[in-house]
Amino acid sequence: MTQNDTSAVDYNFDVVRQFTVMTVIWGIVGTLVGVIIAAQLIWPALNFDTPWLTYSRLRPLHTNAVIFAFGTSALFATSYYVVQRTCKTTLFGGSLASFTFWGWQAVIVLAAITLPLGYTSSKEYAELEWPIDILIAVVWVAYAIVFFGTLVKRKTSHIYVANWFFGGFIITVAVLHIGNSMAIPVSMMKSYSLYSGAIDAMMQWWYGHNAVGFLLTAGFLGMMYYFVPKQAERPVYSYRLSIVHFWALVSLYIWAGPHHLHYTALPDWAQSVGMVMSVVLFLPSWGGMINGIMTLSGAWHKLRHDPILRFLIVSLSFYGMSTFEGPMMAIKSVNALSHYTDWTIGHVHSGALGWVAMVSIGAMYHLIPVLFGQGRMYSVKLINVHFWMHTAGIVLYIVAMWISGVMQGLMWRAVNTDGTLTYSFVESLTASYPFYFMRFLGGVLVVAGFLLMAYNMFKTIAAEDGSLKRVEQA
Amino acid sequence: MSSFWSIWITVLTLGTLIGCYLLLRWCLKNFAGVEEGASMGHEFDGIEELNNPLPKWWSTFFLITIIWGFGYLLMYPGLGSWQGLFGWSSSNQDVTSLEDSRAKAEYAKANGLIVEYDMEVKAADEKFGPIFNNFASFSVEDIAAAKNEEIDFEINDNLTAAQKNLVDRKEALKVGQRLFLQNCAQCHGSDARGTTGFPNLADKDWLYGGTPEDIKHTLLYGRVANGMIAWETMVGGDQGVKDVAAYVLSLSGREAKDGNVEAGQAKFAMCAACHGAEGQGSVEMGIALGAPRLNDNIWLYGGSERAVQDSIRYGRAGVMPAWKDILGEQKIHVISAYVYSLSQD
Repeated sequence: MTQNDTSAVDYNFDVVRQFTVMTVIWGIVGTLVGVIIAAQLIWPALNFDTPWLTYSRLRPLHTNAVIFAFGTSALFATSYYVVQRTCKTTLFGGSLASFTFWGWQAVIVLAAITLPLGYTSSKEYAELEWPIDILIAVVWVAYAIVFFGTLVKRKTSHIYVANWFFGGFIITVAVLHIGNSMAIPVSMMKSYSLYSGAIDAMMQWWYGHNAVGFLLTAGFLGMMYYFVPKQAERPVYSYRLSIVHFWALVSLYIWAGPHHLHYTALPDWAQSVGMVMSVVLFLPSWGGMINGIMTLSGAWHKLRHDPILRFLIVSLSFYGMSTFEGPMMAIKSVNALSHYTDWTIGHVHSGALGWVAMVSIGAMYHLIPVLFGQGRMYSVKLINVHFWMHTAGIVLYIVAMWISGVMQGLMWRAVNTDGTLTYSFVESLTASYPFYFMRFLGGVLVVAGFLLMAYNMFKTIAAEDGSLKRVEQA
Repeated sequence: MSSFWSIWITVLTLGTLIGCYLLLRWCLKNFAGVEEGASMGHEFDGIEELNNPLPKWWSTFFLITIIWGFGYLLMYPGLGSWQGLFGWSSSNQDVTSLEDSRAKAEYAKANGLIVEYDMEVKAADEKFGPIFNNFASFSVEDIAAAKNEEIDFEINDNLTAAQKNLVDRKEALKVGQRLFLQNCAQCHGSDARGTTGFPNLADKDWLYGGTPEDIKHTLLYGRVANGMIAWETMVGGDQGVKDVAAYVLSLSGREAKDGNVEAGQAKFAMCAACHGAEGQGSVEMGIALGAPRLNDNIWLYGGSERAVQDSIRYGRAGVMPAWKDILGEQKIHVISAYVYSLSQD
C-alpha cells in the first residue's frame, strides 16, 4: 500500500495545516468552558456575580465552541485533505479555501465575544445573531464551492465514499442553517425568528437534530472512511454496505427532529413520524460502525501497538453505542422518562466526546506528522496516555449522567398514594450533586488530555524536518 | 389539515420507507460486477474497497424496523390526517379555550375516542377523587387544628371514629403541604415566608384577610392589587415622594433621612382612602383592596427608605393568579387548610 506520497500532485496543505492546529486549540477551549460550567452546577458562586460568566451565557459558548469551533474545524481540515488525496488533485478555487479558514475563525471569535455579552437568538446551537449568521452562510457557500469544485476536477473515475459523506454534510448544513436562521432583524444585534409557536419549535429541532445528524454524524463518518482504512492499512470492508447505509442514513436522519418535541404542542402525526424514522435509522447508523470496525479484520493485532488506531476504533464503539441509545430514547414511552433529564446530556456526550472527539483526535494524530513532514508524532507514548485519559474521562462522564438522568426521571414521576408528587424539584437536584461532581472529574480528564495533545502537536511541528522517523511494528 | 398536506406528508413518509426497502433489496444482490469478497478494483490514495455482502443479521434487523414502521403508522396518527386504527391521540391538541377543552373532552368520551390525556385525568380522578372527597368533609379549621394534635395510638384497621378522624385530618394537612410545595412554593417559598413582592403566609399580617373563607377565596379566584398607581406627580414630585415616605416610615416609629414628616402627613390623606388614616391597612378597614398595613414595619416590597420611595414613585401591582381551574376546589380546600394552619399557634 502506498504511503503518504505527496510528491505527485501539488496539494494545498496550507489550509489543512491551519485548520488542524486550530482544531486542537478549539478542542481545549471548548472542553475547558464545559468544565467551568460543570463546576458552576456544583458551586454556583463560580460565576462571581458577573453576567458574562453566568451559566446561561457560557453554556451556549461551550456548545458552539465544541460543535462549530472544534468539530467543524476538524471537518474542514480532514475534508480538504481527504478530497485532495482521494481525487488526486489540488483544491479548487485558489484563495477561496484560505477565505473559508479566516472567515470561519472570524465566526468563532465573534461567537466567543457576543455569546458572553448576552446576544442570542435563543435557538439552541443557533444562538448567534443575524449578522454572524450571514457570515456563516457566506463562508459555508465558499466551502461548498471549494469542495464540490475539487470533486468536479478529480483525476479519479469514481468518487470515494468519504466524499459522499462530506458532500452530504456540506449541502445539508447549508440548507439547515439558512432555513432555521431566517429572522427579521430589529437592530444590529437583535432579530426575531420568521417562524412562530410550534412551527418555530419544529424548525429549530429539524435544524438541531440534523446538526447532530449531518454535521456530527455524516461529516465524521466521512472522516472515519478515510482515516480508519488508512491507519489500519486495510481495504474498506463492504462497498455495498457503504451505499445502502449512506443513502438510508441521509434520507432518514432529516425526519428525526420531532423526537425532541415528544409530548409537546407539536401535532401527534409529526411526533409519530419523527419517532418511526428515528427507530428505522438505527440500522443504517450501525452500517457505518460495521464498515469501520470490520475494516480491521485481519489487522486486529495493530491495536496493540497503535494508539491512533485505538482512538479510531473506540470512537466507532461509542458511535455504535450512542446510535443505539438515540433511537431508543426517541421511542415515546422511553422519552417520557428520559426527556429533560441528565440522560440526554449523557447521550450527547457519548456522541460528542466518544465519537466526534475521538475520531477527530485519531485523525489529527494521523494528519499532523504528514502535514509537517514527519514520520510520526513527537511522542507516541503521550498519544497512548491521552487515549486512556480521554477514555476514562468519557466513562466517568457518561456513567454519572446515566445514573443521575434515570434517577431524575424516576423522582419526577413518583407520586404518593394521594396523587401528589413525592419529590419537589429541588430534592431531585440535591440528589444529583454527587453525579455532577463525577461528571466534573471526567471533564477535567478530557481537558488535560487535550493539553497533552497540544504539547505533542507543537513539539512535532517544532521538530526538525523529517527527524521523527516512523517506527515499523512487527 | 387540508387534503393537499395530508397527501404530501403521506407520500413523502411512505416514499422514504419504501425507498429504504428498495435500496436494501438492491444492495442485497451482488450488482458490483466482481466476486463477493473481492476488491472493487478502484483505489483512492491507497485505499481499496471490498465487495463483501451485507451482514445477514444487519439486513434482517433493518427489514424488521421498516416493517415495524409501516405497522406503527397504520395503528397511530402519522400519515397526514389518517388517525390510525387505534383511534388514539395524545390530547385534544386544537383546543383554544377552557370551554372548548371541556366540550372536546365530552365529545371524546361520548364517541369512545382514546384521548390519552383525558383518560389519564379521568383515571386520576377516579383513583384519588374519593381521598379528596373525604378531606372535603372536614372544615379548614378542623384540618388546621390537626397540627397540634398528636397521634398517640397505633394505626390499624380497628380505629375508633375519633381516631380515624384525626388520622385523616393529619393526612389532609400533609397533602395540603405537598400541594403547596409543588404549586405555591415557587413564589411564596418552601417555608411560606415569601420574599420581596410575595407575601409571607406564615405570619398574622394579611393583605386580603386571614380567615379560612378569605384564604380560600384568594386561592380560588386570585387577587389583583391595582390600586397602587405611580403617585409621583400627585404627591408633588420628587420632594413630595420623599415627604410621604418619611411620614410612612414614622408610622412604624422610624426616622427618614430625606423628607419632612409634617409635609408628608398632609399629603397622606390621599393614601388614607385605601391604607386607612392611621395606615392600618385595608383588612383592618374591612375592605378587600389588598392595601397593606403601613404601621407594622412589615414590608411587601422592601422596607428601606429607598424601597418605600420607589413604591410611592412608581407604584406596585401584585397579582395572585386564580387557581380554581388549575387545581380544582378540593385541592384548594386542603391547601387553604395548610396555609391557615401556618398562622395558628
